[in-house]
Amino acid sequence: MTTARAAAIVLTKELRMEFRARELLSTTVVFALVIVVLFSFAFDPTAGESRRYGPGLLWIAFLFAGSLMLNPSFAREQANQTLDALRMAPVSPFAILLGKMLANFIFMAVSEAILVPVFAVLYNISIGGIVGRLALVLALGTVGLVVAGTVFSAIAAHARMRELLLPLLLLPILAPLLIAAVEATASLFAEQPALDRAWLAFLAGFDIVFLTASWLLCDFLLEE
Amino acid sequence: MKGRSAAVAALIFFAGYAALFIAPDESTMHEIQRVFYFHLASWMAMFTALSLAFVANVAWLVTRKPHWDWLGVSCVEVGVVSCTAGLITGVLWGRPAWGIWWTWDARLTTAFILWILYICYLLLRGLIEEPQRRASLSAIFGVFAFLDAPLVYASNRLWRTQHPAPVIFGGENSGLDPTMGKVLVVCIVAVMAMMVLVLIDRYRLERMRHDLDELRLSVDARGVASNTVLTKGLP
Amino acid sequence: MSSLSTPAPSRSGTTSASAIPSASLGISFDGVEKRFGSLLALRGVSLEILPGEFVALLGPNGAGKTTLLRIAALLVTPTKGSIAFRGLSRVLDGPTRRQTEIVYGDPKPSIGMVAHNTLLYDELTAAENLSFFAQLYDLDDISRRVARALESCGLASRAGSIVRTFSRGMRQRLAIARALLHDPRLLLLDEPAAGLDRQGLAWLGETLARLRDSGTTVVMSTHARNESLDLATRAVSLAGGRIESDSGSGGDPRPLLAALRSEA
Repeated sequence: MTTARAAAIVLTKELRMEFRARELLSTTVVFALVIVVLFSFAFDPTAGESRRYGPGLLWIAFLFAGSLMLNPSFAREQANQTLDALRMAPVSPFAILLGKMLANFIFMAVSEAILVPVFAVLYNISIGGIVGRLALVLALGTVGLVVAGTVFSAIAAHARMRELLLPLLLLPILAPLLIAAVEATASLFAEQPALDRAWLAFLAGFDIVFLTASWLLCDFLLEE
Repeated sequence: MKGRSAAVAALIFFAGYAALFIAPDESTMHEIQRVFYFHLASWMAMFTALSLAFVANVAWLVTRKPHWDWLGVSCVEVGVVSCTAGLITGVLWGRPAWGIWWTWDARLTTAFILWILYICYLLLRGLIEEPQRRASLSAIFGVFAFLDAPLVYASNRLWRTQHPAPVIFGGENSGLDPTMGKVLVVCIVAVMAMMVLVLIDRYRLERMRHDLDELRLSVDARGVASNTVLTKGLP
Repeated sequence: MSSLSTPAPSRSGTTSASAIPSASLGISFDGVEKRFGSLLALRGVSLEILPGEFVALLGPNGAGKTTLLRIAALLVTPTKGSIAFRGLSRVLDGPTRRQTEIVYGDPKPSIGMVAHNTLLYDELTAAENLSFFAQLYDLDDISRRVARALESCGLASRAGSIVRTFSRGMRQRLAIARALLHDPRLLLLDEPAAGLDRQGLAWLGETLARLRDSGTTVVMSTHARNESLDLATRAVSLAGGRIESDSGSGGDPRPLLAALRSEA
């Protein structure tokens, strides 16, 4: 069986489980909203400040909410040791990892699709003309978040205090991704929106490095 | 071993003496500039230790020989301590020299992130009980952390091209007085020697823990055929 | 570092156009040792299980039975030593019954395991669980297979119910059905009777008998009396991570099994 097909099977299973429980998406979206609201209370930004700090706030909200959402990815497989069943099946470890990464990407994408309009309204930022380009920046940034997050979810699943450990491991590693995503988003929120190619290339590079490292290390990640 | 420690201690004392008294007075910053010798030495020690840690992590994943794991954790601990020293000396030097405690330039940012990442590495190790898994998972994290470093550096440089800040760290090595250069070399050698000494001791400690576990196992085997799980090894 | 020697895919001997009706998978352990930190679960276990044998793996809790089974399932890599898989196929080819040696490439599709945990997703339905694993094992005609499996273990009426609503016995039955879904040639069972009610036990016994007759290799661990033990062709008992006694491939398992009965 090809890796792609095995990943698709795992992806379908993850989506089905989330569709049944509906707990990940709702908590992610609400948590991100809470961060956005708290920021407003803490800083009470003016219109100019909103435009200036908006991108940073948006991405911080995504990273924090995302790092909580990514935890169940592998933690859930511990309940009945279903990870053993996955490892026994004739599919490559990377297929399992990839399937989960794709599922997490979809969850984050849906969350972002809900959050970005809400954010635009709250901060009076018009995103009408930049939706396509914004989606590209969001996608590249989310790929990095999801790739690193899924791998670290697999690491944290075997440790104590995993709910706290995952954000602790993930957020520092994503520092370069944060800068790149914020700068790329900021250049889109500017008076003359422009797609910053340098930052986009950086994001793509980050994604490639982490995806390649995950692929090389996945056997060690899942073995016992 | 005593001879070695004594030699390194002497070297450190000599380096300190050199930095304080032999090195000429620096024109603009005067006394406080003398921290620079150990500051740079700390960075070099950190860089060496963490690079070696990366090699150890990869070697462990490939070969599964336990001594790579011992080397890995020893290097990371030494690297974190060196980084702490580098950050503290940097702050001490920066404030009187340039009027600021801190700035987010590429080098400092990378050092800070690495510091946090490798502290996380040590935290992660503390949270995983089973030794084999602890070695594997921390090695994987170590690889990611090391790969992240150039990305942090690059992102900061790219950011600075768009948000330039006044350049204050004009190459410290540009136009270094020859005596200063010699003192610098002495300090670097001294700090590296101390680092190697600490590294060896830490490695030995890890090996002793492993040997103790082996010993307990063989005692257990000769005793009743029971599989009591001995928790945590050494305190 | 151990190595799993799974020989390259090849076939020795010839087979005719009539497909191989039954093939068995044998497994041999060679000096297998496994340690978890300061816990030595297995100390130098060497054991050869021939294709088609029904091995009762006996021993008290903590003897290393679970670890041995997990190594056989390729879930755990030994710290020292190796394991190897060999296959045997009975070719019912006209008047002659030829034994052909099949050398397995990837043994995973032929291995099934019933473990301590159910290995099921609580949030999915019984049917969804089985379908998922059927897909992972690249089986054909999935909906029919799943329906048949549910029918067989008596859960057809609860096919659309979420596993979380199942009783312990029902979950165990589903777990066993899941392990059998891909027609494994080597079935590993870790205390499969745990949690089963009388009906479930009867079904387990029937299923195991059927598997033994079809030539499937079965390794079943237990630490207490169990009706299915009557099916065993061999008994191996572990203690302290080592093999204490072995009735042997051609031997009689009953004395060892009888000793077990009197304990329980």
